[in-house]
Amino acid sequence: MGLGVIERERIAKRAAREIKSGMIVNLGIGIPSLVPNFLDPGTSVMIQSENGLLGIGESPEKGREDENLCNAAGWPVTVVKGASYFDSALSFGMIRKGAIDVTILGSLQVSQSGDLANWIVPGKKVPGMGGAMELAQKAKKVIVVMSHTDKNGAPKLVADCTLPLTAKGCVDMVITEKAVITIDSGGFVLKELMNEEDLDDVLRLTDGKVRIELPLS
Amino acid sequence: MTVLNKRIAVEDAIADLKDEATVMFGGFGGVGSPPSFISAILKKGVKNLTVICNDAGFPAIGIGPLIVNNRVRRLIASHIGSNPVAGKQMTDGFLAVEFSPQGTLAERIRAGGTGLGGILTDIGIDNDMVRQGKKIVSLNGREYLAEEALSAEYAFIYGKTADEFGNIIYDKTARNMNPLMAMAADRTFAEVERIVPLGELDEEEVVTPGVFVEGVAETEGVNWKWVWES
Repeated sequence: MGLGVIERERIAKRAAREIKSGMIVNLGIGIPSLVPNFLDPGTSVMIQSENGLLGIGESPEKGREDENLCNAAGWPVTVVKGASYFDSALSFGMIRKGAIDVTILGSLQVSQSGDLANWIVPGKKVPGMGGAMELAQKAKKVIVVMSHTDKNGAPKLVADCTLPLTAKGCVDMVITEKAVITIDSGGFVLKELMNEEDLDDVLRLTDGKVRIELPLS
Repeated sequence: MTVLNKRIAVEDAIADLKDEATVMFGGFGGVGSPPSFISAILKKGVKNLTVICNDAGFPAIGIGPLIVNNRVRRLIASHIGSNPVAGKQMTDGFLAVEFSPQGTLAERIRAGGTGLGGILTDIGIDNDMVRQGKKIVSLNGREYLAEEALSAEYAFIYGKTADEFGNIIYDKTARNMNPLMAMAADRTFAEVERIVPLGELDEEEVVTPGVFVEGVAETEGVNWKWVWES
């Protein structure tokens, strides 16, 4: 919540390092949609969009938009060579079968056991799950990009999610403006700090078990 | 005898549509929703509709105006976040919303259109709202939710080109739920950019065979402004 442009781009840039040539990638709305801007030149991937497209390209120039060629957020896109179109059943068939190597999505909470809660705030916001459950349950790797705390400063990395779950035990990695944290059977693992002086902050603002495995600098 | 010319005017296609009807609309955030049918249905004044659609559109885009104008009392969809009016109506108790995960929604519609009673899926099995009231089926040692097929009295879909038999091809990401819904209704009407004589569509490229389609109407084009248009 309330991340600035620089922080959002820093998160997207770090997430881009998780994407390797040859991968099939699905990107959520918001920060995930910035990730392609930070891929190393020469990284060749196919980006899937659950509304029925494999092979999203760059945004079109203004005036060259095609109203029938949009991403899942309804914004115009272009396609890369080798792209394909398909209906929603096939799109989710592809997802459920496990053809998506990485999905990068936002979240409201992530628990130390990898539970994802990103679709509903009871009594406040009920947007619906869209395609998030399929992606969370079935993508080979689930990366969450989000702010480290909510707008009240409360941790979003928690021992147990208090919000209704999208899917259990599905999150592999969380990238925030403060840290890169992976999840294994022992809970959160702090792998990287965005700023070295943030260690105390990260530990204070992360609820649940955290093991520190920072690289020696 | 098979009807080989299914050209129809938009107004004639919706002439029998009544209050309380169950209606499917293609489209994903309005992309691939049939604008001329939606306008005509609004003008006709039918109400208390049950609508099945991927999402609630935006207030002025896709099926959004049907919701904004209080025509829909029940909505089966995967997402309503882009139409705040739908959220408000849901909170106020005017609009009953049944959420289905998007891929599950698509398969339920496909099942309804292909003579199946439902599908088995593990999507949402950990989610109380999704699993509520559904039978859990064990098969080969794994658990699945039994999800009912969906069908409707009407489907209003959007395509790029149709021939006079109702064979349809689609346009890029405007395909989405359209081919699935085309199969899943008692009466399916397609709004397309162009209707061509028999023989002009490449048989290999037909996505929806005309057997599923009762009528094809030429679109008057999108009558809303997209969110990306300034």
